[in-house]
Amino acid sequence: MDIAIKNGKIVKKVNAKKAKIIDALGMTVMPGGVDIHSHIAGAEVNSGRLLRPEDHVNDVEVKTALTRSGVGYSIPSTFTTGYRYSRMGYTTIMNPSMPPLEARHTHEELDDTPMVDKATYPLLGDWWFVLEHLRDDLIEECAAHIAWMMTATKGYAIKIVNPGGLESWSFGRNVQNLDDPVPNFNVTPREILRGLCKINKLLNLPHTIHVHTNNLGKPGNYVTALETMKCVEDLAEGNRPVIHITHCQFCAYKGSDWRTLSSGAEEIAKYVNHHDHVTLDMGQVIFTDTTTMTADGPFQYGLYNLTGNKWVNHDVETETTSGIVPFRYKRKSSVHATQWSIGLELALLVKDPWKIYMTTDHPNGGPFTAYPKIIAWLMSQVARKKTLSKISKRARRKSLLPSIDREFSFYEIAVVTRAGQAKALGLTQKGHLGIGADADVAVFNVNPEQVDASKKYKTVRRAFKKAVYTIKGGEIVVKDGQIVKPVFGKTFWIDVKTSLPMEVNDDLKRKFREYWTVEYENYPIPESFLHVPAQISVKAEI
Amino acid sequence: MTVITGVTCPVCGTFCDDIELVVKDNVIIDVRNACAMGAAKFLSYAAHRSLKPLVRKNGELVEASMDEAVEKAAKILVDAAYPILYGWSNTSCEAIRVGLELAEEVGGVIDNTSTVCHGPSILSVQDVGIASCTLGQLRHRADLIFYWASNPWSAHPRHIERYTMFSEGRFQKSTWRGYLSRLSGGLSRKRLQRAVNLVLRRDIFTTPEVKRRMPYSMFQKKRKMVVVDVRKTRTAEAADYFLQVEPNKDYELLQAMRMLIRDEELDVDEVAGVPVETLEEVADIMVGCELGVFFFGLGLTMSEGKHRNVDAALHLTRDLNQRTKFLIMPMRGHFNVTGVNIVFTWQTGYPYAIDFSHGYPRYNPGETSVIDILNRDEADASLIVASDPVAHFPRKTVQNLVKNPLIAIDPEVSPTTLLADVVFPSAFVGIEAEGTAYRMDHVPLPLKKIVEPPKTCLSDEEILRKILQKVHKMRRNQN
Repeated sequence: MDIAIKNGKIVKKVNAKKAKIIDALGMTVMPGGVDIHSHIAGAEVNSGRLLRPEDHVNDVEVKTALTRSGVGYSIPSTFTTGYRYSRMGYTTIMNPSMPPLEARHTHEELDDTPMVDKATYPLLGDWWFVLEHLRDDLIEECAAHIAWMMTATKGYAIKIVNPGGLESWSFGRNVQNLDDPVPNFNVTPREILRGLCKINKLLNLPHTIHVHTNNLGKPGNYVTALETMKCVEDLAEGNRPVIHITHCQFCAYKGSDWRTLSSGAEEIAKYVNHHDHVTLDMGQVIFTDTTTMTADGPFQYGLYNLTGNKWVNHDVETETTSGIVPFRYKRKSSVHATQWSIGLELALLVKDPWKIYMTTDHPNGGPFTAYPKIIAWLMSQVARKKTLSKISKRARRKSLLPSIDREFSFYEIAVVTRAGQAKALGLTQKGHLGIGADADVAVFNVNPEQVDASKKYKTVRRAFKKAVYTIKGGEIVVKDGQIVKPVFGKTFWIDVKTSLPMEVNDDLKRKFREYWTVEYENYPIPESFLHVPAQISVKAEI
Repeated sequence: MTVITGVTCPVCGTFCDDIELVVKDNVIIDVRNACAMGAAKFLSYAAHRSLKPLVRKNGELVEASMDEAVEKAAKILVDAAYPILYGWSNTSCEAIRVGLELAEEVGGVIDNTSTVCHGPSILSVQDVGIASCTLGQLRHRADLIFYWASNPWSAHPRHIERYTMFSEGRFQKSTWRGYLSRLSGGLSRKRLQRAVNLVLRRDIFTTPEVKRRMPYSMFQKKRKMVVVDVRKTRTAEAADYFLQVEPNKDYELLQAMRMLIRDEELDVDEVAGVPVETLEEVADIMVGCELGVFFFGLGLTMSEGKHRNVDAALHLTRDLNQRTKFLIMPMRGHFNVTGVNIVFTWQTGYPYAIDFSHGYPRYNPGETSVIDILNRDEADASLIVASDPVAHFPRKTVQNLVKNPLIAIDPEVSPTTLLADVVFPSAFVGIEAEGTAYRMDHVPLPLKKIVEPPKTCLSDEEILRKILQKVHKMRRNQN
């Protein structure tokens, strides 16, 4: 079968005499990879880079005639991030957490991240306007404010992190469950989640709400994760998802403390298998030294207390918080090994690959460069057994993995690394090779019809590490794992058209100086600020 | 006549963005909301400037065309084995991005002014981490504000008004009324004292007894400000309480506080000139606050102990977070010194002192920082952007700097531009050119173009881009 490319799109056919022909016989051809959740740019990521010179010193990228220099490892510099993704056949990356006040920073970094298309989600779950409007049950007004914010920060989706917990953290506290009211605001996480879920529908945003649950990283939190999914169950229409639970591994813990920690993957998978309104991504843990960073300030503080490592906290006025702690996942730690097991259990127990996507929550579970390892674990029971034999005994005893014999096919891998993610994001031109799609293609040197991935998992791992070709927007950008043409990617942003923008402006203007320390006119980012903007217009129902 | 609102002020790290300018015929004729430093810059930035590129010929700086100057600058950089590119804190992030590409292309060292100011703070952050926030968070919530070894009243004049004591927040009220009544109370007390002295014919120069007792306002449930410094500054006069520390003893004081916060006993009577009872009272107030913050300045980073002082301060903040919420923030000087650290970090992984001579970024302050390189006399050319090292570096360092070819890009005339071999007078960013800069708390804001620059003055970014293009071309021809 031939795939024809013209003007950056996949077309029915081209003139074979004039076209450049790539012979991919005996290789795997997939759409360019899509990552739904990877912290690659912005204030938080950059503070992580600054915090960890020891992370960079042994992993450098030398300047070439075509490419800029840089450093790795868990928090690579911007250029290096783009090159490394592209070498693995990825072409679209979503940066999942952006404090709206510091959106300019995120976009400056995204502009310096070459080779991939990208977008970023503003953190809106603890924004004062949201808390106040939802407390007073003013859904439409709140929706109009969010529409303004999406355009002002050039964002893509509504990101919610530990709803209510971040506002509480501003005074050093946290919320304990979905019905624990937020101090000073008298609104509960449940109301925030439901409110924003309704608003997401009103605004017709292409992605669902993107949720990092309450109580993340605490034993016993699978209950919170289930409740979070349940609390928007009635808002679903048909089989369209309305909520995305991100890095689900971190909220699938059973047990009452770290000693009794065990997997809640079975319960979560059972729920997800029976409900269509939710999608997940893995948040797989890799045994390596990495850097954890989330907007969940109280969680990061807890992690700092647990490890005594260096700790960065950055609270952002009226909007959000964040924290960073370096972390090493060790095979011989029963907790870390259990976390590793849970991620894979989730992916294997959720029957439909269109509902769970492969991520490491880069860099929280490990750097994205470890994706080929995860692919090998998903495709091969032998690979899983081999790692299982090396982990902590206690974790091995508790692990469900030995009882799971499912092995992903190449097709399923294509779904969890590209097609499913693109579908969940509403990026209709990505994640497939149908006519009209963006010509983002990855070619890997492994023959899906001949290689038995179950046994030859090492071949598979090697193949996915370095794409033979990465084609971005119809241009060959990577050949044999080397960058051959540096390109800028586009930055997608959502322009929400509502019918009541004026009132929002008045309300915002009136409150602006009270809420923030910057002026109204200096807050929104003009489109011209982005290097290659790609506006997606949606029409809201208000 | 037009009024332009929401202008950011390209002077100090407070980076106020509520300035209003009145412009008539391409000249700023009035400034509103700005402090004295800001107003002075907006009104008289153009008083002393040269307008045309200068090139040194036979020992004299003579006017040259832009192309000639660019050619000469590019040649200097291409011919150099180990050039340094220094400055950057007073220009836009856009220019810095081009500067990094240029440094990488010529395999030089790029460094910024943090190297002589908050560099030690960065080293400490890399050791310990930092619990910080944006300034609005403090405006809304902080009820205990420490200015440690910094003097915002003089150096960041609107800091107290916009972000801390005199700002009105959601959960904390402004204390300017209290300050005024205390001020007038103090004045009447002084007047009374003078009268009494006159009547009793007492010597008016007898120094008043230093009061150690904690004032009543420190125990009230409202916003409080404490200043720790070696001398009583203007900021200290406005504070609720002033803790005078002996010079170079900040480290001892911080560590003593850490012990008290951890409920450990001190078996001395005095630490750094402060009685332990006083420290205990201060520690109690710190533990009892809702949200406290330390702002620290160069008094910590550049006095004896350097980054060890900041280490202690960061550790103290960490310890305090076990008891309440406490945050800490360096008082950054130039309007975009935070930005330059940020841009360096996202492109290279490191915030300052970056050596590209191996083809990839290498970072080892002490080895790859400009002062050390110049002291070892290793650099053989330099490009200085928006900075004046000749006036501020140690004498020996400057001698080694100026004996090699020197390129300066600066809108102002400075000792550095006077000693340079190629000078590019640029447009004033934030007045004559746009861009982006970062406030001391990492909040990015736009720099605006208010008036047209003189025709011969390009922005830093454009000049650097021209040099970069020329360097690319020359290197291609060489190969």
